[in-house]
Amino acid sequence: MELYVCSVCGYVYDPTFGDPDNGVEPGTAFEDLPDEWTCPVCGASKEEFTKTN
Amino acid sequence: MDPLKISEDIYWVGAVDWNIRDFHGYSTYAGTTYNAYLILDDHVTLIDTVKKEFADELLAKVSKVIDPKRIDYVVSNHTEMDHSGGLARVMHKIGEDKPVYCSIMGHKNLSKHFPQPWNYKPVKSADELSLGRRTLTFLETRMLHWPDSMFSYVKEDRILFSSDAFGQHYAGLERFDDEIGEAIMPHAKKYFANILLLYADRILKLAEQVTEMGLQLDMICPDHGIMWRKDPAKIINAYVEWARQAPTRKALVVYDTMWHSTEAMAEAIVEALGRQGVDACPMHLRKWHRSDIMTEVLDAGAVIVGSPTINNGLFPTVSDFLTYMKGLKPKNKVGAAFGSYGWSGEAVKLINRELEAMRFSLVDPGLRVQYVPTEQSLQACHDLGDKIARALPADTRGPR
Repeated sequence: MELYVCSVCGYVYDPTFGDPDNGVEPGTAFEDLPDEWTCPVCGASKEEFTKTN
Repeated sequence: MDPLKISEDIYWVGAVDWNIRDFHGYSTYAGTTYNAYLILDDHVTLIDTVKKEFADELLAKVSKVIDPKRIDYVVSNHTEMDHSGGLARVMHKIGEDKPVYCSIMGHKNLSKHFPQPWNYKPVKSADELSLGRRTLTFLETRMLHWPDSMFSYVKEDRILFSSDAFGQHYAGLERFDDEIGEAIMPHAKKYFANILLLYADRILKLAEQVTEMGLQLDMICPDHGIMWRKDPAKIINAYVEWARQAPTRKALVVYDTMWHSTEAMAEAIVEALGRQGVDACPMHLRKWHRSDIMTEVLDAGAVIVGSPTINNGLFPTVSDFLTYMKGLKPKNKVGAAFGSYGWSGEAVKLINRELEAMRFSLVDPGLRVQYVPTEQSLQACHDLGDKIARALPADTRGPR
């Protein structure tokens, strides 16, 4: 599963860890995050993320 | 220095740092201030604190208005230590159990600065806190310029406490825009260029949001520098204009040099630009501070970068500048690279790579000169200047 980086603050979404503070289980792919999910650091929307290595 | 009444029952209780000259790598030739505000109401409220070293000064100012122990609420609009550093001293004085209002990210981030188990009250955008006769409304402004940043607004007095936004590093006896006039704008511009530029898109969104909310503003009180009371719209409009980054007919030729060869190239490029009506300036990286160059980058249409090749790489000050500028994400720039070299000449290629990563529009593959420029190579520098001038918007400022 791929990593995604927030273009606003640089936070990296890693599906291995998910975002448990916001109810996202480890193992959740970025594509499977709910549309209303936002960057846990800066509140940017999903569209502001890009794929990274 | 005494506290200053800025509105009925609202006081500036901040501190003036006359002597700071280097603010984490940003040159502050005019010092700065750390602004904190005291609101007297049924619940006495302190908005932000100051840098740790100035905490006693803040408390002394508060004491001239009211016994600090009577402060009921503390609001932390921003976690950075120039505004939270005084918290430990303040909380110790007023009572460790007093509530600290901050954003959700502020709660997380303050906890990572201070081990004390303070009574945090995290708030969200549009949450309100009644102080008695007044109401504070919070507005989260994440990444303007930290994840925790927020604004606090007093609707009854139409005052916005804007944290670092709209601030300036300026220490003076003036506290208001009408006392200093236009002279404050270069400081505000420098602050924007060096602290906020990378969040330009968010600033434009926030300006729209504030307009939609119909927020009435009689005064904007930032955490640094003067307060905007005569014309708060002036600084908002300036922010919108700076954030748009519309290219102008202005070019910077930023360089360093070892034996004056790259310097001669820089000056030849500037000469050609000048002949084409471009506002151009050579900026030697050991004569100009990176933060002053960045202020000029803000409204320049072109940034041309020159470096000699040293030990197969870039001159260190050029790397420093490129790293700094890249982080601040300037937009809509034309770029080009140049430089003198002895035998390998990697610098131009390395600059091009960085400018491409910054999405600059490169007008030329770059100009390399071995050792000392000849008349022919200086002509090539003139040609490069002409090429850059053609890529810039036409002169709209009329005859000079």
